[in-house]
Amino acid sequence: MGGLLEVKALALHFGGITALQDVGLAIAEGETLAVIGPNGSGKTSLFNCITGIYRPSSGSISFLEESLVGRSPDAITQLGVARTFQNLRLFHNMSVLDNLMVGRHLHFRKNFVHAALRLRAEEIRHRRRCEEIIEFLNLEPVRKSRAADCPYGVQKRVELGRALATEPKLLLLDEPVSGLTQEEKEEFSYWIHEIRGRFRITILLVEHDLRVASRLADRMVALDHGVKIAEGTPAEVQRHPEVIKAYLGE
Amino acid sequence: MDLVESYAQDLGFARKRITRALLALLLMALLAFPWVAPDYMVFIATLVALFSIGVIGQNLLIGYTGQISFGQAGFLAIGAFSFGHLSIWGAPFLLALAGAGLMAALAGVIVGFPSLRLKGPYLSIATLGFGVAVYQIFVNSEVLSGGRSGLAIAKLKPMFGLSSVRYEYFVYMLLLAGFTWVSYNIVSSFVGRAFVAIRDSDIAAEVNGVNLTRYKLLAFALSSFYTGVHGALYAQVLGHIEPQIFNILESITLFAAVIVGGVASIEGSILGAAFVILVPKVFADFREMVPVVYGLGIIIVLMFQPLGLYGLWLKTRLYFQLWPFR
Repeated sequence: MGGLLEVKALALHFGGITALQDVGLAIAEGETLAVIGPNGSGKTSLFNCITGIYRPSSGSISFLEESLVGRSPDAITQLGVARTFQNLRLFHNMSVLDNLMVGRHLHFRKNFVHAALRLRAEEIRHRRRCEEIIEFLNLEPVRKSRAADCPYGVQKRVELGRALATEPKLLLLDEPVSGLTQEEKEEFSYWIHEIRGRFRITILLVEHDLRVASRLADRMVALDHGVKIAEGTPAEVQRHPEVIKAYLGE
Repeated sequence: MDLVESYAQDLGFARKRITRALLALLLMALLAFPWVAPDYMVFIATLVALFSIGVIGQNLLIGYTGQISFGQAGFLAIGAFSFGHLSIWGAPFLLALAGAGLMAALAGVIVGFPSLRLKGPYLSIATLGFGVAVYQIFVNSEVLSGGRSGLAIAKLKPMFGLSSVRYEYFVYMLLLAGFTWVSYNIVSSFVGRAFVAIRDSDIAAEVNGVNLTRYKLLAFALSSFYTGVHGALYAQVLGHIEPQIFNILESITLFAAVIVGGVASIEGSILGAAFVILVPKVFADFREMVPVVYGLGIIIVLMFQPLGLYGLWLKTRLYFQLWPFR
């Protein structure tokens, strides 16, 4: 299968602790894949390996036929992988707009002299793109507020917007709806759905909320203790005896 | 009323009419200053101007990029002695100034390399080591420091029939204005955003495509360029330099100026520079108390006014914007 992202036999060890072992998965272009699993099952570690924050102990990760292992996070973003974080890593003292503009950073034609002499044609070009995202995510009222002053739900949206601003081909969402109210969850699910439809972005999703995950995902992968225990359609995975055991015990 | 009609307008320098009016007033005051104030005050204003350049540079590194450095004295020394040697060889003022800045920037890149691995207090210690090392090198190398007698630097030749003090004041203020303007531009450009992104969350910055190596080194290079120019201008004003001037206390003075003035603020840097210049003048009879004032200043600012003197100004402005309501 000619997937967009292919992870093969991925392993990650921290000293004696095994975070991931022999994990393999593939995402086709345009697909939404959800990764589920109890706390500590290695979902975020998997994300960190893909985005270059951790270097896997063994195994391969290829994106558009290029290996991601050993590349720096910014080089991986350059290739078209964007992510959000579970515990939000916004630039707290910047405005919402500036947060999104950092997302545009890699598309800038970077000319230091232009920056120093206040020639702002590039800036305006990218500002337009950011405004499109701001409009899409209904961030207009907080455009110029400090990110840290925004409520949690808005901060989650800002982070999603920042990831979208990098114009990714593959978007990794680490628990996008955790900590949101029911209404916000529904809104957020709608946006994730729209991202797929409007921007044609492939999505890899980590989610604890199984209802949201099964509604958004075409396929599901379940991890437990760093090992892949099930893969298939959401309904299949959720009925899988190993998955039920992992969540509920014997 | 504040109506923005285009993105270009939104990105403009000193966008609001009131800001422009205040700026014009300030410029006029600065122009008139040397004719109404005694020479001694003009000289102090000159010192504030040159210190401001260094403090702005350090603020780019400490305040904006969040890389706490204590190696400033080293960069000052490199700037000052590069300038000294260049001007003794007959380089014109601006060329020697650029040379001094570039030498310091080069040193800044070298010192920046540990910053790729070290964070927080560990980086401070590494840069502190650099400051001390440069000091020792200059103290012990007669070729570099000009030996026991130091380097003597010829004064600027006044032009336009101005007195020496006034001429120096105008040259330095002009340089400060230039550096300030460029700093505002850098801070509001993609470079400044990358700096702040690294400070606020280096992992998120990297994941959003900011190359940490490049921008950390750029921050070091840029800030040391400013500090090198500061050192050079200081040398020019003193007319005579010896390595003993650039001891560890000089690093702490610059650091205090950044904190007291206000981190991540250019106006604050200038206020901070004024603070560290004026304190020794005010406490001239108790010289040994000056470091105590700096230390207390840092503690008080961190406890009660984290944005420093600039924060104080923000609060005052807010008060008058809301007046007569509270």
